[in-house]
Amino acid sequence: MFVINCPYCGERDQSEFSCGGEAHIVRPKQPTELSDDEWAEYLFMRKNIKGVQFERWNHAHGCRKWFNMVRDTSNDKIHAVYKMGEEPPVI
Amino acid sequence: MTKYRINKTRFVDQTKTVSFTFDGKKYHGFEGDTLASALLSNGIHLIGRSFKYHRPRGIMSCGSEEPNAICQINDNTDLTEPNVRATEIELYEGLKASSQNCWPSLNFDIGGINNFISPFIPAGFYYKTFMWPKSFWKKIYEPLIRLSAGLGKSPTQPDPDIYDHKHEHCDVLVIGGGISGIISAKIAAKNNLKTILIEDKNILGGSTIYQNNKNFIIDNQKSNEWLMNEISELEKLDNLIIKTRTSLAAFHSYNYLLAKENISDHLPLDKKNSSIRQRLWKIRADKVIVAAGAIERPLIFNNNDRPGIILANSVKKYLDFYGVSTGLNNIIFTNNDSAYETAVSLFEKGISVKIVDIRKKSSSNIVKNAEDLGIKIYWNSTVVNTFGYKKIKSIEIMNLSEDGSNVTGNKHKIQCDCLSISGGWTPMVHMHTQSGGKLDFREIDQVFVPTEKCENHINVGSCNGDFELEEIVKNTNYKVKKFLNINEGGFDKISVLCSKESEKKNIWLLPNTISESKTKSFIDFQNDSTAKDIKLALREGFKSIEHVKRYTTTGMATDQGKLSNMHALGIIADTAGVKMGTLGTTTFRPPFTPLTFGAIVGRSVGKFFDIVRKTSIHEWHVQNNAKFENVGQWKRPWYYPINNENLHEAVQRESKAARDSAGILDASTLGKIDIQGSDASEFLNRVYTNAWSKLGIGKCRYGLMLNEDGMVYDDGVTTRLGENHYLMTTTTGGAANVLSKLEDYLQTEWPELDVYLTSVTDHYSTASICGPNSKKILNKLFPNKDFSDEAFPHMSYQDAIIDKIECRIMRISFTGELSYEINVESKYGKSLWENCIAAGEEYKITPYGTETMHLLRAEKGFIIVGQDTDGTMTPIDLQMDWIVSKKKYDFIGKRSLYRSDTMREDRKQLVGLLTDDPNEILEEGAQIVSELDKKPVEMIGHVTSSYFSPNLNKSIALAVVKGGKKMNGQKLFVPMENKNINVTVSDFIFFDKENKRINA
Ligand SMILES: [Zn+2]
Repeated sequence: MFVINCPYCGERDQSEFSCGGEAHIVRPKQPTELSDDEWAEYLFMRKNIKGVQFERWNHAHGCRKWFNMVRDTSNDKIHAVYKMGEEPPVI
Repeated sequence: MTKYRINKTRFVDQTKTVSFTFDGKKYHGFEGDTLASALLSNGIHLIGRSFKYHRPRGIMSCGSEEPNAICQINDNTDLTEPNVRATEIELYEGLKASSQNCWPSLNFDIGGINNFISPFIPAGFYYKTFMWPKSFWKKIYEPLIRLSAGLGKSPTQPDPDIYDHKHEHCDVLVIGGGISGIISAKIAAKNNLKTILIEDKNILGGSTIYQNNKNFIIDNQKSNEWLMNEISELEKLDNLIIKTRTSLAAFHSYNYLLAKENISDHLPLDKKNSSIRQRLWKIRADKVIVAAGAIERPLIFNNNDRPGIILANSVKKYLDFYGVSTGLNNIIFTNNDSAYETAVSLFEKGISVKIVDIRKKSSSNIVKNAEDLGIKIYWNSTVVNTFGYKKIKSIEIMNLSEDGSNVTGNKHKIQCDCLSISGGWTPMVHMHTQSGGKLDFREIDQVFVPTEKCENHINVGSCNGDFELEEIVKNTNYKVKKFLNINEGGFDKISVLCSKESEKKNIWLLPNTISESKTKSFIDFQNDSTAKDIKLALREGFKSIEHVKRYTTTGMATDQGKLSNMHALGIIADTAGVKMGTLGTTTFRPPFTPLTFGAIVGRSVGKFFDIVRKTSIHEWHVQNNAKFENVGQWKRPWYYPINNENLHEAVQRESKAARDSAGILDASTLGKIDIQGSDASEFLNRVYTNAWSKLGIGKCRYGLMLNEDGMVYDDGVTTRLGENHYLMTTTTGGAANVLSKLEDYLQTEWPELDVYLTSVTDHYSTASICGPNSKKILNKLFPNKDFSDEAFPHMSYQDAIIDKIECRIMRISFTGELSYEINVESKYGKSLWENCIAAGEEYKITPYGTETMHLLRAEKGFIIVGQDTDGTMTPIDLQMDWIVSKKKYDFIGKRSLYRSDTMREDRKQLVGLLTDDPNEILEEGAQIVSELDKKPVEMIGHVTSSYFSPNLNKSIALAVVKGGKKMNGQKLFVPMENKNINVTVSDFIFFDKENKRINA
């Protein structure tokens, strides 16, 4: 059970948050112009790596804000949290 | 005093007698005893039978590692508790315990025959044998296994006890109240850190508290006396919380720990009832100091499982702590010095003792102490066999060969009534590894010790691999100071004298003269796996420790292999000829000791299991005999039976009334989201499949929402309240998820949109009135309002006042009837409802529930998301092409509607089904086939909704069928258990296809 440092609220228990999967997957601006394969890449393909991963999290039982997190899935160490729209930090 | 209670100690109050029963017979112990020490004081060793071979087994240890002495507590079958370790349960007046896994009785056990046929039940026996013939499994093998297997009986009634959860935060959590835990807690608390010390026993002190040997001296006092002074000083510290009877269950990441406190388990029966039984502490600690101690290892030799074979340090604890002798003629069998402390203690109490040591010599102080006392020591020797069925009677020993791989010379038989064994010590690294810590293998004494690379916890004392008193005290002081960044710990000038071990030797599987196949050298006592099982697994090709563990079931019993895992690893390493450190260990998973389900769920039982949401009209429904249905967390009226009506009868009546005159439904539970902002219209355009820009103010529109994969996600009517203001409704169950999804898109994909979302589901109550007389009822309720089709057309909304209360009226319909939904602030919901009922009385307005609502909309072919859809249906599959905008450039899920898979023509599509026999009602979920004779039977779809329609006087059903769009009129079959039902595919709008009634 992590302690997550919400960029808007500060440190809170993990039970207040929900994870939204891989971060920095941008919804294509012109979906109709994509091939099936290109659309499928956006729609279905997600990494689930052992190691440093960029993830979306939502403070669902708090401020309800979405934000990004850099987490090492092998030891659950959280390297950084940052707001949506901000550049990902270099880890 | 009984024959075996030979010593008076400060830990057991021999003036306070406690009576208890074991297997129906009454015994006495004293306050301070455990069930195990009380049984031993009565000379009882035989406690149970082993799992597979049903061999007699006795008490083997004094703690949570106990594999054998597991009991059933309480003889009341309603409330009985199985698998309780006799070594852990504190004796209380009225305790009733019995042995498990023996039938018909402990002393005569039929399963014991397994012991004699055991050459035929090796590892993997069940996997191999019971596979064939297949039909034998269900009828013969499984019932037989179930009869003879099992560990105790489950209670038959709900648990009457109260369990509690509590959150706690602290600067420092110390796990374990032995000497290193006490030193750690004192350093932390004295330096103004909020500290919690937890200890699973009822008193602090660990094994040092009964260490009265003169070779162990701290500051010129015997170590036990020094520690007692420390404990009394500790209890005076303000910012230290000491929790005894509290065991750590789990050590999760970020120093989040679960600990279980026993609050009333030790109390006499008459005092238990009023109290909470157990409390689960959820602790978030800034720093954690693990001082969990070590567990003594057994030795692995032939017939090492007889009652009376006990771990050496446990023998010492029974003697010096409980005052109980485990035997009067004791033999110690050891590979290390620590067992000599037991020998000296026994000798000093006048008990006959001899020592068998696999080492050639040892020159430490404690060994010299034993030699000086004249205790006979057999060096370089090993036990090769033991005798005595229900209690050990004698042993045979032999000399070891030069390299220890074999035995030489003659067998020598020695009589005894207790064999104390010690194979060294295993640090309790469970906590460390649970939290993500790694381990190193230490060759010299063959132990896994924690690596130092942890930020927020440390391990001190014997769980860190420090076994000698001096290094325990000094290293703990040093490590804790460094960890907490403290200069002065208060233990810097301490002087410690202790015996130091210099000769070490370990043999995982001791050699024997007889062939391995004829020996029983137990590794996992509870699961009856032996050294030969492990070797068999290796011969059969299992290499990974995790596979060997599962194949042989070693380490998989309720004791989680606390005694067995290291030996299993050692034997695998020896047999495979690899270094033990390279094998790794099995994973140590929480809980460290079994947790009761009660402790896990705490107070979340019965009505506290989940939140119950009720509408403001709920009380009226109850008074009017409604039966309720759970929809998400909501209680919704399901139907309102009159007199003795059943569901079917009530629904037929309600459905007819709604179409013939007027019906009223509590629609308050529908999800409601208030949407405001200058981009609200654009936002709706992007989340719904249809167009929203041109919806006039005061108008309503039905919308369908997809997931990005093109599948229908939710639906509902949205009303434009103002230029930049909408009220969206969602399905009852989908409200929270829809809000989350909309927020997600707004925050992450379209942050440029000026839109604000507010959940207002609970803010409004809704009475929905439908039927040909609904307009007349509305006229009575709102006499000043014009309800003509021109002034108030279908799919529009108006504000109104009723009883000085503002309300919104939406003219929308989910039944196909002329229909109005009146919304008021929730607190006025019941009064609105009662007004509606009163106004409708002359039209026999009939309250109806969800079942009738479902029937009415099915007659009209309106889908229910989640019933007629299941996350694999596109709007095209639902034949709802009309709602998918061709003009809009994009909306959520649009692109997916043009994927090759979603455009397949043989996808399951929504159709109507009519049974050839109009009185036959299909079962929802029933499967549909087109050819009855085809093998294997091909399922081409299933029934999603099915009712008997009183308005059509025939049964109707909605279904999804592969390629169903083009199958109108085709005959299909619904095979049921006893018959095949003939059905015909039809249009799914069964009633009022022309939509005349909406404006009737
Ligand atoms: Zn927040």
